[in-house]
Amino acid sequence: MSWISYVIFFAVIVLTLYITYWAAKQTTTASDFYTAGGSLTGWQNGMAIAGDYLSAASFLGIAGAISLNGFDGFYYSIGWLTAYLVVLFLIAEPLRNLGKFTMADMIGARFGAKKVRGAAALNTITIVMFYMLAQLVGAGALIKLLFGIEYWIAVLIVGTMMLIYVLFGGMTATSWVQIVKAILLMLGTIVISFLVLMKFNFNFIGMFETMKTATPHGEAFLHSGVVYTDTIGLISVLIALVLGTAGLPHILMRFFTVKDAKTARSSVIYSVWIIGIFYVLTIFLGFGAAKFVGSDAIIAENAAGNMAAPMLAGVLGGDALESFVAAVAFATILAVVAGLVLSGASAIAHDIYGQIFKNGNVTEKQQVNAARWASIAIGVFSILLALGSEKLNVAFLVSLAFCVAASANVPTILLTIYWKKFNTTGAVASMLTGLIVALVLVAISPSVMNPVEGATLITGDPIFPYANPAIFSVPAGFLAAWIGTLVSSKRHEKDEISYAEVRFKAETGYKELDL
Amino acid sequence: MTNQVARGKSTLDYEKLVQTEDFKGLVKRKKVFATPFVIFFFAAYFILPLLTGYTKILETPAIGAMTWTWVYAFSMFVMVWVFTSIYMNKAKHFDVEVDKIIEKNVLK
Repeated sequence: MSWISYVIFFAVIVLTLYITYWAAKQTTTASDFYTAGGSLTGWQNGMAIAGDYLSAASFLGIAGAISLNGFDGFYYSIGWLTAYLVVLFLIAEPLRNLGKFTMADMIGARFGAKKVRGAAALNTITIVMFYMLAQLVGAGALIKLLFGIEYWIAVLIVGTMMLIYVLFGGMTATSWVQIVKAILLMLGTIVISFLVLMKFNFNFIGMFETMKTATPHGEAFLHSGVVYTDTIGLISVLIALVLGTAGLPHILMRFFTVKDAKTARSSVIYSVWIIGIFYVLTIFLGFGAAKFVGSDAIIAENAAGNMAAPMLAGVLGGDALESFVAAVAFATILAVVAGLVLSGASAIAHDIYGQIFKNGNVTEKQQVNAARWASIAIGVFSILLALGSEKLNVAFLVSLAFCVAASANVPTILLTIYWKKFNTTGAVASMLTGLIVALVLVAISPSVMNPVEGATLITGDPIFPYANPAIFSVPAGFLAAWIGTLVSSKRHEKDEISYAEVRFKAETGYKELDL
Repeated sequence: MTNQVARGKSTLDYEKLVQTEDFKGLVKRKKVFATPFVIFFFAAYFILPLLTGYTKILETPAIGAMTWTWVYAFSMFVMVWVFTSIYMNKAKHFDVEVDKIIEKNVLK
């Protein structure tokens, strides 16, 4: 690696630290810490959502998946983008209208029982841990590749940086790191796409013609079915992608960083354009890498194709562009893990400590302190896990996070808003069933069990045939909600907050004065 | 009015509020507006894997070497952007309705 890489990396680190220093001065209350005081404007929050959303899985993962598997990799782009309609049409506004800091707040607005909040917090922490592990393992591999430093040192660097942002700058620093990163990522992606298109003589259709013969897959590269030979398995993945987004705690948390539902809505509009354009450009990243780097070289560097985008940048623009893209990937990971730490910390400090143990009777100072300690706990724990997980497949961890989010959170979120009969038992049953079914099915799936020794955690034939169990675990979440509600409604269980109140608040955004 | 709101929870009769014609109308109009879009985008989304998985009809060239699968995928992107814009515009009308409901029924 040349001196240019060091300069660019150093610049990213200095810039983000300066942001943190500036943000630290404005972070005093719990609301500042969790939600930047709700002070972000629509476009700022839109950029931050894009920054949160376009994780290493999107940037490194999709580019790699398209380069190796053609159209099958593009399913991720389609799924994650369509997910935005689910968020916009069904969830964003009611969530913003009912909640305060966390998803559990929103469910707690209807069900006061502590076990409901506890289950929601448990799901949040589980999803955050899987997702964060994926990002940290990815970051470790990336930095190891670029600088030749040991994996464990790389993980420690990323882990320390994320803790600095969160501890000192809270959501304000995290949001601005995400905004800066979104800009850098778009810039880098647009430059690479332009160079790729130039190599194809600006002939978009001709590019497809060339791709027919550019990869070992031949014409199949342009068709569905290179990886997803089984349609049920494919649909299962697509369910996890489109519903999982709507249950990701760090994405949902972003809707609390604006002052009202109207601003939440407008931030979705900004992010949907940025994210949409990015996902279209993943075609150029993927095709370009397949053509100009070659699948052998990509696989040689990383079997999952995670290094396809930086390698493509190197081929097209030399050291300088490769370093820039690597720095962007680094910033991407930092921004996403910081957001994850915050949502995990909010579940521990706000939901479990503040609401469950202290019944909401905590001072501002106690809340912020608890949040900082929770951030340290989440951060340190995930760093330790990441240190021992170098060999884990990043894409598997991300798909697991999406699957748990889709199965454990989404049924409860939707039914809390839209189903009148839904009750405490139904909510708890749904959240726990979704979580457990998703985890168990993944544990006995091909992602964990493989007859080839050493390929996965357990050697042996998988008991469950699909890598992603969403097609079973999401219905299980809904079914448990229904059964739980029916069984307990016979006992005339009374939920203390009326559905009428929830409905009215969710639709109108009306709030009684916060005391 | 301020007193009533400031005293919080018990002062508002939500059961009565949700029964007002204004609120019921709002909920109904929102539902009538959103439901077809939600059904459409979920259908469009899941028809793609069904077609690519069980049939070959999207596998034929559409424009040059680009197959209908890609055209379908790109039209999903257009759908997302168009639906988002439509939602945005419609939501502004609902905002006006909501303001009226709050003013008439809560802040009276």
